Amino acid sequence: MRTPDFAATRRDLVMGATLTTAAVATPRRPGARAAAADTPATGPGAPVMKIAFTVNGAARTLDVDTRTTLLDALREHLDLTGSKKGCDHGQCGACTVLVGGRRINACLTLAVMHQGDEITTVEGLGTPDRLHAMQAAFIKHDGYQCGYCTPGQICSSVAVLEEIRAGIPSHVSAELEARPQVTPAEIRERMSGNICRCGAYSNIVDAITEVAERPA
Amino acid sequence: MKPFTYERPASPAEAAAAAARHPAAKFIAGGTNLLDLMKLQIEAPPHLIDVNGLGLDGIEPMAGGGLRIGALVRNTDLAADARVRRDYALLSRALLAGASGQLRNKATTAGNLLQRTRCPYFYDTNMACNKRQPGSGCAAIGGVSRQLAVIGHSEACIATNPSDMAVALRALDAAVETIAADGATRSIPMADFHRLPGDTPQRETALRPGELITAVTLPAPVGGRQIYRKVRDRASYAFALVSVAAIVQRDGSARVALGGVAPRPWRVEAAEPEVARGAGPAMRAILDGARPTHENAFKVTLAERTLGAVLAEARG
Repeated sequence: MRTPDFAATRRDLVMGATLTTAAVATPRRPGARAAAADTPATGPGAPVMKIAFTVNGAARTLDVDTRTTLLDALREHLDLTGSKKGCDHGQCGACTVLVGGRRINACLTLAVMHQGDEITTVEGLGTPDRLHAMQAAFIKHDGYQCGYCTPGQICSSVAVLEEIRAGIPSHVSAELEARPQVTPAEIRERMSGNICRCGAYSNIVDAITEVAERPA
Repeated sequence: MKPFTYERPASPAEAAAAAARHPAAKFIAGGTNLLDLMKLQIEAPPHLIDVNGLGLDGIEPMAGGGLRIGALVRNTDLAADARVRRDYALLSRALLAGASGQLRNKATTAGNLLQRTRCPYFYDTNMACNKRQPGSGCAAIGGVSRQLAVIGHSEACIATNPSDMAVALRALDAAVETIAADGATRSIPMADFHRLPGDTPQRETALRPGELITAVTLPAPVGGRQIYRKVRDRASYAFALVSVAAIVQRDGSARVALGGVAPRPWRVEAAEPEVARGAGPAMRAILDGARPTHENAFKVTLAERTLGAVLAEARG
C-alpha cells in the first residue's frame, strides 16, 4: 500500500533526506515516487527502458533506469518490500527471490535483464491468511529473531528442497551421482548463501527439515 | 552505478558487432561479479551487451568423446549435468565448492572464467591498485596479504585468481572457444587463457577487446580418481586459501592444479612426476620459486598438506 502523502513515514523522510541535492536540481511534485538512494532519479545520461515481467502471478510493466536492480524494482517500484536489502553485494542472501523457480540474489541482477521472466517473492509464496508451508514452519520453529533475513531464508529454503528433489548435488554430498538426501549437513551447506546475524540457524534447519519430511 | 545504455543481441555475431560499435562496452551474462564491481564503480562501462539471449546454454558431446559447454551454462547446471558428474567429477566438485546456491544459479561458465580478483585492495577504491588503476602502485604489497598470491605474482600485483572452476578446467586440459568482432573464431588452451600480471596486471586473460567466449571444451574423459579439496576460513561460501585439484591414476601418475596461490590456476606439468615421491617433493616442485609474504607463507605448507590429504584419499 502507498503511504498517504500527508503521513510521511520514517522511511520516506530518510529517502527524502538523501535526495535533497537532486530535489533542488529537479523539484519533485508532492507525492512523486522517491527513488532509492542507490538508484538515482532518472535524468540526462541515465537511460530508461521499458520492462515487462510477471511478479507473483501478476503481469507488471515498468519504466526503469537501466541501473535499477531487480531488488530495487521490486521494493521501490512495485512496493514489494518483503525482499530485503542487506549487503546489496550478493553476500547475505536477504534479497533472495525465485526467477523461473530458481533462487537468485535479486541485488546482483538488473531489472532490464528479466524481460518476460516469472518472479516470485516472499509475498507470492503465501499470505498471512494462507501461509506457505515453509513460512508456517519458520514461525513454528522460531526460525528467526529480528526477521530481516527471513524472507530471503524462506525463498531460499523453498528452492533448496526443489534442488534436492531435482537431484542437484552439493559440496557435502558424499556421492556425486547418488540422489542427495535431506540431512542437516546438506541443508546447512545449501543455505550457506543466507546469513542470519541473529544466529537462528539451528531453528531454520529444523523448519526446513519439517517441511522436507512432510508428504508432498 | 554510472549510467549505461543496454542492449540484448540475439546471436553471437550480433553481440560481437555490438562490441565493435561500443569499444568500452562490457558483455554481461550472470552479472554476479560485474554488477558488484559496477556498484563500487570499479567497473563503469558506458554500455552493456546482455549475452543471455545468444543460445549458448547447451552442453553437447563432441567428436572424439569430449564435451562442449556453452558459455552461458550456469554453474549449477554444469555441476549437475550427468555426464559431467560421471566423467569430469573434478569439475562438478570444484563448482560445488564455490559461491552459494543463489550465485551458482546465475553465474555462467564464461563469466566464472572472467571473474576479477577478490584482493581487498582491488575492491577498496581508496587504495593504490595497479589492476584497478594502472600505474597507481600496489598497496597489497606490504599490506594485509594473508589471502594473496605466493607464486606467479609480480612487483606490480600480488592478487590471486578466485575461481574454483578454472582450477579444475586447467587440470582437465580444457580450452576456451571464442568469436572476435570480425567473426573469426579460435580456441585458447586453459594453460594460456589467464595471464600472469607482470607489469600489466590489468590485463588478466588472452582475450582481445570485443572477443566473446562462446564455449569451453573438455577433451575425452581421462578417468582416474578426481578430487577437489578446498581449504578456506569457513566451511562454505568462502574463497580458497588453498585448493588442490587432482586427477590420480591407478599407476600413480597424477595431474595437480592449485587454486588460491597464484594469479591464475597454478599447474606445473613438469613437476607432476614428483607426485609419485609424495606430497612434499611434489609440492616443492610445483611451488618452486614461490615468494610468499610474511603473512601468507603458511599457504606453502598448507598446499603440501592438502595435497598429502588428497593423495591419501585417492589411494585409500
